[in-house]
Amino acid sequence: MDYIPLLFGTIEVAVIFLFGCVGEIFYEKSGHLNLGIPGIVCVGGAGGVFGTFLMMNLNPDMPGFVVLLVAMLMSVVFSCALGGIYSFLTITFRCNQNVTGLALSIFGNGFTSFVLNQFILPRENASTLLSIAGQKIFCASLPFAKDLGFFGQVFLNHGFLVYFGLVVAILSSILLFRTKIGLNLRAVGEDPATADAVGIPVIKYKYIFNFLGAAIAGFAGTAYIMNYMNGIIGASVSADLEAFGWLSVALVIFTLWRPHLSILGSLIFGFLYIAPSYASVLFPGVTFTFYGKELLNLIPYVVTIVVLIITSIVGKKNVQAPAALGKPYFREDR
Amino acid sequence: MPEREVSLELVSITKRFGQVVANNKVSMKLYKGEILSLLGENGSGKTTLMNMISGIYFPDEGHIKIDGQEVVIRSPLDAFKHKIGMIHQHFKLIDVFTAAQNIILGNKGEKYQIKKINEKVREIASRYGFDIDPKKKVFDMSVSEKQTVEIIKALYRGANILILDEPTAVLTPQETEKLFSVIRKMKADGKSIIIITHKLNEVLAISDRVAILRKGEYIGDVETKNADIPLLTEMMVGEKVELNIHREEPKKTKERLRVTHLSIKDINGIQKIKDVSFSAYSGEILGIAGIAGAGQKELLEAIAGLQHYEKGSVIYIDPKTEKEENLKEKNPRQIREMGVRLSFVPEDRLGMGLVGNMNLVDNVLLRSYEKGRSPFLDKHNPKELTNKIVEELQIATESVNVPVRTLSGGNVQKVLVGREIAASPKLLMTAYPVRGLDINSSYLIYDLLNKQKEKGTAVIFVGEDLDVLIALCDRIMVLSSGECTGIVDARSIKKEELGMLMVKSNDDLKNTAPHVLVDGLLNQNNEETEAGYEY
Repeated sequence: MDYIPLLFGTIEVAVIFLFGCVGEIFYEKSGHLNLGIPGIVCVGGAGGVFGTFLMMNLNPDMPGFVVLLVAMLMSVVFSCALGGIYSFLTITFRCNQNVTGLALSIFGNGFTSFVLNQFILPRENASTLLSIAGQKIFCASLPFAKDLGFFGQVFLNHGFLVYFGLVVAILSSILLFRTKIGLNLRAVGEDPATADAVGIPVIKYKYIFNFLGAAIAGFAGTAYIMNYMNGIIGASVSADLEAFGWLSVALVIFTLWRPHLSILGSLIFGFLYIAPSYASVLFPGVTFTFYGKELLNLIPYVVTIVVLIITSIVGKKNVQAPAALGKPYFREDR
Repeated sequence: MPEREVSLELVSITKRFGQVVANNKVSMKLYKGEILSLLGENGSGKTTLMNMISGIYFPDEGHIKIDGQEVVIRSPLDAFKHKIGMIHQHFKLIDVFTAAQNIILGNKGEKYQIKKINEKVREIASRYGFDIDPKKKVFDMSVSEKQTVEIIKALYRGANILILDEPTAVLTPQETEKLFSVIRKMKADGKSIIIITHKLNEVLAISDRVAILRKGEYIGDVETKNADIPLLTEMMVGEKVELNIHREEPKKTKERLRVTHLSIKDINGIQKIKDVSFSAYSGEILGIAGIAGAGQKELLEAIAGLQHYEKGSVIYIDPKTEKEENLKEKNPRQIREMGVRLSFVPEDRLGMGLVGNMNLVDNVLLRSYEKGRSPFLDKHNPKELTNKIVEELQIATESVNVPVRTLSGGNVQKVLVGREIAASPKLLMTAYPVRGLDINSSYLIYDLLNKQKEKGTAVIFVGEDLDVLIALCDRIMVLSSGECTGIVDARSIKKEELGMLMVKSNDDLKNTAPHVLVDGLLNQNNEETEAGYEY
C-alpha cells in the first residue's frame, strides 16, 4: 500500500487549518470570538492570488521569493482590512461579536468570489500564470527531498508556507505562554477589568492581537489556493475556503486554545478531511458508496463536538475558553 | 511620646455621585507604622473614601498628601507608584493564572522568569508569615488564599500603605487570626495599614487607632486603648433622628409565617443563616436589621422558595382556613399554586425583580402571564393595572411602553413595589425598598407598607437605616453573621442598643479578640439588652 500521497496530503491540508486556528486563537485570547474567520480566510486567499498575479503579470520570470513576499503581503493587507472592520465594530463600538463575525463571513465569501471571478480570472493568461506560480514558487521544495525516501517525501517535500505555518504556531505558543506580553494578553481575555486595574492597555492589546490574528488566519486562504491547489482556482473556491474557516474555528476548541496543540489538532483534522478520498487505500477491499464518503466527511465535526463535551465534563478552568470571551469591555461599566 | 511621622493625609476630600454626597470634606491622617481602623455603618462612605486613595475614583474637591507631598492619583497605577496597595472585597485576580503570575501581572520593568518570581514570592511570604504556593492556580484556591495573593501582590510592588476593605468578612475565625498576625508583622516592618470594617471586636483587637465615618462625614478618631464598644457604637450610629413616620398600633394580629430553626449554607459551604426562628404576624411590620451580608438576603430567599436549606422549616398559616402550609422544597410557582399569597420585593431590582429591557406592562404581566387558557397573552388587564400603578404611585415615565431600565432608580422601585402590592399579598417581604430613593419617594413607600399593615398583611421590612427601622416597624429582628441576636420592640429600643445587637457575635469574640477586658465588656452589655428588650 502506498501511504505517501495520503500522509503528504494530510500535511498540506493541515497547514490550512493551522493558520486559521492560530489566527482565531489570538482573537479568542484577547476576548473576541471572531466568527468572521471564514470570511478572513476567503479574502486572505483573494489577497494572495491578487499579489501573485500582480507580480507574475509584471514579469513572469520574477524571482520566486519576491512573488511569495508580495503575495503574502497582499494577503495580510486584505485580511487585516476585513479584520479591521470587525475589530473597530467590536472593540470600539462594542457591537455583538457573533453578529458582526457572521456578517463578515458572508461578506468575505461573496467578496472573494467577486474578486477572483470578475477581476483576476478573466484577465489574459491569468489561470496559466497562477498555476505556474503555484507549481514553481509556492510548491517549490528542497530539490533533494524526493530522494530521501519515505521521510523526505512526506515531511520535506512541501512548499514554503507549510514550514512557515509550523514556525508561526511554535512562535505563537512561546509568545502566549512564555512571555510577559502573552501573560498580559491572556489577562485581557480572561478579565479585562483586572488587567486594566494593573495598568495593561486593554484596548491597545485587543487591537494589536486582533490584527495579528487576522493576518495569520488570512494565510490559510493563500495556503489553500496557491499551495494545496497549486494555483488552480476552482469554481467553488470561496465556498471551500469558508468551509476551512469554520473547521478552523472548531479546531480552536479542539486544541484547547493552545497553538502548539493546534499543530497536532490540524494534522488530525487534515487527515480526517483528506481520508475519504483515500478510503480505498485505508480500507482495501471495502467499497464505499457516494453517501458513505460524504458521511466520512462529517468526522471532523463529530470529533469537535465530542471534545467539547469532554472538556465540559472535565470542567477544569484551564481547559475552558477565556472567561471574558465574547464580552465587550467598557471601563466605566463596573 | 515622640511626634509621629504622617504617612498619608487627606485634606477636605469631597466626593459626590449625582446628588448624593458620599464624602463631605473628610480630613484624616495616617501615621507611619500604625494600624488604623476605619469604622462606619453601611453607606457611610468608607469604601468610597478609600477608593479615592487607590485611584478607582477621583475626588471632586480636596487633595491627598503622601509623606507631606501633595499627589494626584488618577488610576490604580498611580496609586502603585505612590506605594499604595488596596485589597478590595472582590478580588481582582485572573482565575486561570498561578499566584505568581497574578502577582507579576502588569508589573513593569521585570523579566518574565517565573522561577525567580516564584522565589521572590516565597521570600515575601515567609517574611510576613504567609502560607502560599506560588505555583497554585487561583481557581484551586480558598477565599483566604486568594486574599493572601492580593496582599502579596501589593507587597511585591513595594506598597508602604495597605488598605484592606472588610478583609475578615469572608474569612473563618481561624483565618482571621492568621491574617491579624500577618498585619501585625507588616506593622512591625514599618508599613501603615488601614482596615475598613464594621466589626467592633476586631477593631479593638487589631488597631492602634479608630477613625469613624457617619453618612459621609468624618466624626473623629480615638486611640484604641481609650475606646470601648459603647463609645464606638455611639460614634458610629450617632444621635437619633426623628422621622415622623406614621405608625398605628398593630390590630388583630395573628400568626401568618412561622420560621423554625432555619439554617442555610451557601455553595461554598459557608453558614449564612444559623438556627433562626421567628414568626411574622398579620397587621404588623417586622423589621430585620443587620450589617450588610448578615444573612438577610438568604433568609428572604429561603422563605420565597429561591434558596435551598437543609435544616428548619417555613410554615405559612392561611388566614381563612388556618391551615398550615409547609413551604420547604417548593419553588415560587408551586408556592403560588398552593394558594399562598406571598409577595417579594428583592434587593436586586433589575436582576431579580424586573426585566430591564421589557416595558412596564410586560413587567407587570410577568406575575400573571400563565393565567387564562388562550395561547395569546392577555395584555388588556395588565395594561389597566399598570396605568393604575403609574397613577397611584406617581411614577415619572413618558409612557407605560418604555423599557423599565430607562426609568430612574426610584421609579423602578415603585413599579416593582406597585406590582407586588397589586397582587394583594397576605405576606409581603421587602428588601431595602427605599435604597437609592429620595425623601418623598421613601415616604410614599412607607405609606404603602403602612396601608398593607392596616389591611392585615404581614409585612417584613429589611432595612439598613436604623432610624427608619425604629420609626416604621413594630418589632425588629436583628441578624448578626447569620444568627438572630434578638427580637426587640421597636417602640422602646434605643438606637445604640440596636447597633450593639448588630455587631454582637459570641463565636467571633472567642476566636478573634484575645482581650479579656473587651470580652467582659461586651457580654455585660449584651445581657442588659437581651434581658430588657426581648419581645
